Amino acid sequence: MIAAVQRAIASDFFYQFRRDPVAVGSTLVLLVFVSLAVLAPLIATQNPYDPIQIDIMDSELPPVWQQGGDARFVFGTDPQGRDMWSTILYGTGVSLIIGIFAVMLQAVLGVTLGLMSGYIGGRLDSFLMRIADIQLSFSTLMVAIIVLAVFQAAFSAQLYADLAIIMLVLVIGIAEWPQYARTVRANVLAEKEKEYVDAARVIGLSRLRIMFRHILPNTLTPILVISTVQVANAIVAEAALSFLGLGMPVNQPSLGSLIRNGFDYILSGQWWITVIPSIVLIILILAINLLGDWLRDALNPKLYKET
Amino acid sequence: MDILAFLIRRLGQACVVMLVISLIGFSIQDNLGDPLRELVGQSVSEEERKALRDRMGLNDPFFVQYARFLGKAVQGDLGTSYFFKKPALEVIFNKFPATFELVLSATLIIILVSVPVGIYCAINPKSLFSRFVMVISIAGISIPVFLTAIFLIYIFAIYLDWLPSYGRGITVDFGWWRTGFLTADGLLHLIMPAVALSSIMLPLFIRLIRGEMMEVLRTEYVRFAWAKGLAPRRVWLLHAFKNTLLPVITVGGVQIGTLIAYTILTETVFQWPGMGFLFLEAVNRVDTPLIIAYIIVVGLIFVVTNTLVDLIYTMVNPMVRIAGVKG
Repeated sequence: MIAAVQRAIASDFFYQFRRDPVAVGSTLVLLVFVSLAVLAPLIATQNPYDPIQIDIMDSELPPVWQQGGDARFVFGTDPQGRDMWSTILYGTGVSLIIGIFAVMLQAVLGVTLGLMSGYIGGRLDSFLMRIADIQLSFSTLMVAIIVLAVFQAAFSAQLYADLAIIMLVLVIGIAEWPQYARTVRANVLAEKEKEYVDAARVIGLSRLRIMFRHILPNTLTPILVISTVQVANAIVAEAALSFLGLGMPVNQPSLGSLIRNGFDYILSGQWWITVIPSIVLIILILAINLLGDWLRDALNPKLYKET
Repeated sequence: MDILAFLIRRLGQACVVMLVISLIGFSIQDNLGDPLRELVGQSVSEEERKALRDRMGLNDPFFVQYARFLGKAVQGDLGTSYFFKKPALEVIFNKFPATFELVLSATLIIILVSVPVGIYCAINPKSLFSRFVMVISIAGISIPVFLTAIFLIYIFAIYLDWLPSYGRGITVDFGWWRTGFLTADGLLHLIMPAVALSSIMLPLFIRLIRGEMMEVLRTEYVRFAWAKGLAPRRVWLLHAFKNTLLPVITVGGVQIGTLIAYTILTETVFQWPGMGFLFLEAVNRVDTPLIIAYIIVVGLIFVVTNTLVDLIYTMVNPMVRIAGVKG
């Protein structure tokens, strides 16, 4: 274990990471966000899910640095009297959970289908890739909006609110599988010509074993690279859906539903209800995207030559 | 001959996609809400209901009903909106000009900005401006379109009070086409939504044009063009830029679906009276015929534009003709 850590610290990869202030900075920001979200029940000043702790008399207070701010509410309060700081902590957690689980689902689906498509090839390959093309051109957001709109119209509001988090993970997870499938397929096509695959085949290993134990480990780098960007995309998609009122309900807010919640009040001057969660969302996504950009450059040896 | 085969193939594919969309639309209708209750309310006895159901064909097998739905849809009848009490298609087409003008303006902004900026950044990759553009564009990609819209409203409508924050303003009617292009007020109302809608695609296209162009500039034939002593402008625009267009068209085609999705977001933020805003209202009112009509109309727009993009691509790039027929 210690040896593995030492090896990781001494590696070229870690050296490059340490040298790049953008990568270190965005990782730090990301770590801060994740730990704040995980520790939300401990560091939040109130539990926004618990109606007893919320006092409607505290509603629409501005942040402390503005006139009329209250020291109990650093970032002010929303129209229901919830502390913005606490709702943002919990909301970041909800956004991250949806993003991470949706990407896990995408990865499982996309990697399996991509491996099959690339390794088995033939009709299966052209069928899967045609579907992937069509699905990609429809765009995740469009598919998600329509599916969730139909479910919202079909379910009662209460049922929909209970199922929202699962629905979001499923929809974003299923809609984005082509991203993984295409990346994995392209790599499988290159890998399967290599001698170690021939060797495995000659020994008489099963197709499944060759696909998952021999080829898959060699396609992990591109999977890792797109995973970071995909988490950012999933969080944006969730926020957009919640903003449209098709995602998380107001009483279990994600960052998107917080923004939606505050948007109704922006014209009457209560800017902080929208602007603060928006800034949090942008910083979160920017950090993930910058890290993803760096990972792509660092793990792609082809780019060394160009720069 | 090849191009004809390709065209037929693409049309066949477009028809299959439309059939699937209509099937989805129909199964939504089949499972969502009871048309009988919308029609007669609660005050009709069970037997009368049954008779009515039979007469309306609601007890027929699924595919019989689907065939009927399809037959009507082809004739332009997608049912009557519960809320507007008008044909769903008519309601949607009334909103179409607003969305079209918004998308057109956004597309114009994207083309007019991304082409020159992308070319400039490819030719002078080390210049201060290019670096500035690259930093801004990664930030631009990271900001979701509805947040750009919200910040625009906050800055220009509330803080500075320069631009109107919602609606289309004063419009002029041309028959059924209601345009906001002809009045100063309409144009003022258009600025922020169009900028917001273009904001997410703009960085993408700038980066794409820059990247592709830089790659093309390294190729042999461009070097040869330099060696021939051609004017820089001619090399950049005729030799290099023309060949960066292919991937740009491909990506443009893939982005159409995303653009339609973003119109829903933009229209919601700016309360722009277009199809996307109408769709969300229909969802909130559980106005099933309108929801289905929207899905089918958007699916049609999408399939048509995609086929057109493919066609343009085939005309620009003769190599794809063969590949298109084979694959």
